[in-house]
Amino acid sequence: MSFIIVFMWSFVLWLVLTAGTKGMLWSAEELVAGVVFSLIVGYATRNIIGEKADRFLSPSKWVGFVVYSLGPLFWGMTKANLDVAYRVITGKIKPGIVRVPVDLDNDAQYTILSNSITLTPGTLTIDACPEEKALYVHWIYVRDEYPESSEPISGSFEKWARRLGR
Amino acid sequence: MIEYVIYAFLAINIIFNLLGSFSLHRFPDVYTRLHGATKCTTFGTIFAVLAVVTHALYRLKVTGDPKYLQMALHSGVALVALLLTNPTGAHAIAKAAHLSGVKPAKAVIDAYEEKLRGEAQ
Repeated sequence: MSFIIVFMWSFVLWLVLTAGTKGMLWSAEELVAGVVFSLIVGYATRNIIGEKADRFLSPSKWVGFVVYSLGPLFWGMTKANLDVAYRVITGKIKPGIVRVPVDLDNDAQYTILSNSITLTPGTLTIDACPEEKALYVHWIYVRDEYPESSEPISGSFEKWARRLGR
Repeated sequence: MIEYVIYAFLAINIIFNLLGSFSLHRFPDVYTRLHGATKCTTFGTIFAVLAVVTHALYRLKVTGDPKYLQMALHSGVALVALLLTNPTGAHAIAKAAHLSGVKPAKAVIDAYEEKLRGEAQ
């Protein structure tokens, strides 16, 4: 199963990278080379992706990711970038590493949430501890030394991560 | 008209990349510098890619040359790769720095240090 999914996505990436080799479309040589390389990549990584690979096939997840990255994530990045720009100029910082309790179930959700937190300036995930259901986040301006949830750090990201990584 | 959109994107890019570089000078330690150096520059680079894509699509519409389609698509793939690898790299650097004993400067709280000390006992 994961072999087919990796093959499909590698081939899609190949098609994106080689579009325009014959008019606006693809030449036959590029298509054959793409199939060959996608087969190699799919075979080499067949044991790495894991058994829950079919989540990469659900269209609602794709739409969810696009909506999430263009909506809440991009808006969060814009706000936080202006905040960090202000701190660079004025030098007003109050850094610290806080423990953020989160309510997530699997590794994909932890990956999405901690990458979103790190991508937003001003917060930087140092470590994720699924066994104690917490993230350790370096915060450039600590507003709350013992936060009760991820709300003051990341806003609505936790809700989205729970939905997208299911 | 389209030139002004591209200039606006490039201006945002330059401002944020400049602030990111400037933060290396302003901030006291590795963690706070990571905030400026990786995040501000990412945000700037998003707008650099947007400028390239806008230019390429505009030229594609005017000339119909497929090399501009390639230019737009390749910039988009580069942006996705950057957005996926940037937080992973920043996280790896920060964790490695903390585990090798670099303390956050001027920190008001260090919960991770307390956790590590609690595990060591």
